[in-house]
Amino acid sequence: MSSKKRKKKFGEEHLQRIIDLCRSVEERGLDPFMVDVDDLIEVVREYFSEWEVPEEFCLDAEAVHQLASVIKLQSDWVRHRSTSLYTDPFLLEEKIRRSGNEELVNIFLKAWRPIVELEQISPGSIAEAVKYWQDLLPLRERWLKTDSLKMDSGTVTREELIQRKILAETVFSEELKMFWEELKQKVGAEDKIRYWDFVGAETYAETLRRAYMASFLVTYGYATLELHRLEEEMFLRPFEEPKSLVGKEQLVSIPVSVSFEEWNRWREGRQD
Amino acid sequence: MKRKSYYARKIKRAVHLLFYRRHKQPGVKGWELKKKLGSDYPRVLDILDNYLEKLDLKINTVFEEEHPVEKPGLEELSKARFYVTLRGGLTPKETKLCGWRIDDIAGLAMSISYVISKKGKAPREEVEDLLRNKLPGWRVDINMNRYIRSGYLAEDDNKQVYLDWRTRAEVDQNVLVDLLMGAES
Repeated sequence: MSSKKRKKKFGEEHLQRIIDLCRSVEERGLDPFMVDVDDLIEVVREYFSEWEVPEEFCLDAEAVHQLASVIKLQSDWVRHRSTSLYTDPFLLEEKIRRSGNEELVNIFLKAWRPIVELEQISPGSIAEAVKYWQDLLPLRERWLKTDSLKMDSGTVTREELIQRKILAETVFSEELKMFWEELKQKVGAEDKIRYWDFVGAETYAETLRRAYMASFLVTYGYATLELHRLEEEMFLRPFEEPKSLVGKEQLVSIPVSVSFEEWNRWREGRQD
Repeated sequence: MKRKSYYARKIKRAVHLLFYRRHKQPGVKGWELKKKLGSDYPRVLDILDNYLEKLDLKINTVFEEEHPVEKPGLEELSKARFYVTLRGGLTPKETKLCGWRIDDIAGLAMSISYVISKKGKAPREEVEDLLRNKLPGWRVDINMNRYIRSGYLAEDDNKQVYLDWRTRAEVDQNVLVDLLMGAES
């Protein structure tokens, strides 16, 4: 890299640092006198002759603009100190910390003049209310609707509820435990199994169901998901006993794509 | 006699405008008063203010600029907002009428005075740290949001807290800081 290019690169980095510094002073309300404006203007001037393209001039202009903002903050700061409102923040903070709630309230009440106001309904809201009233059906008609929904009470069996898909055949927790047992069996002596080999099924719908159940196995501490990033492989490893990791370890969510294409690829791979 | 009834009518109209809240914020802008009461509305407000003094109320003028000029002209007045506030202070027992608990008001006093001492802008985190000294931790966030919602404080995207319109309308900032600095504790 030629020395000119290197100087340009340093210059850009310098200007960016100046911009960041000025922004942080402005945004975080830091003391603007922390910034040595004279020194930084010298830096901006030093590199000015190096700039050739519009982007570089824009960066230069931005740095000058940010420095101008800091100068304005310094001026505001001096003005504020000269007003009667200026108080040493540390002293005031100390006073506040030492005062009791009651003392603070008594002080505040001497300086507080609450606004007197009454809320009223406006012509607009009256018009809205009239429109609502006019659109409202008579009570008789509304009661009629309720009447028509009345049905004789009867009984329903558990089988009927299962048939109508209101109740599941097995309770979710039982189903999850069965799924956990299946995982333990499939793993065998190897201790872990490829995610897709366990989740994959003959139909895509069943695969989705198994992926859904597998996510609960991991969340509820029945198994863990191992990621081998280099090989791009995922393994499910069941635990002998469910472990609750909430509050003990930093838990992370891992999104796993179970798209139709992925499922097809897995099926083709299995047939090969 | 004619002049007297002219002002009596205008004063009634001004009372309606000032007492009843018609916008999101209470109070009336100067240009609205001019439109409804005529160009001599400052005179109408003066007479009303004299009358309200007997009731311990006053008309408070809040200018758009933070540091208004000493003798405001019609231009400044038309941009200013006028409120009716208490003239004297409330007693601690009366604060219940405002629906605030004593420690809510203490927290408000702390937050406002801290922001004033920081030139009218302070990080929310610092204000919350200060509040944690006096309020239970779980109430700090709730109270800060309440002060913001009520218009006493405002917060920007950088989590900086400012004094908002209600503080400018209701709190005599000089008196508050002086009293705090002179507190014995």
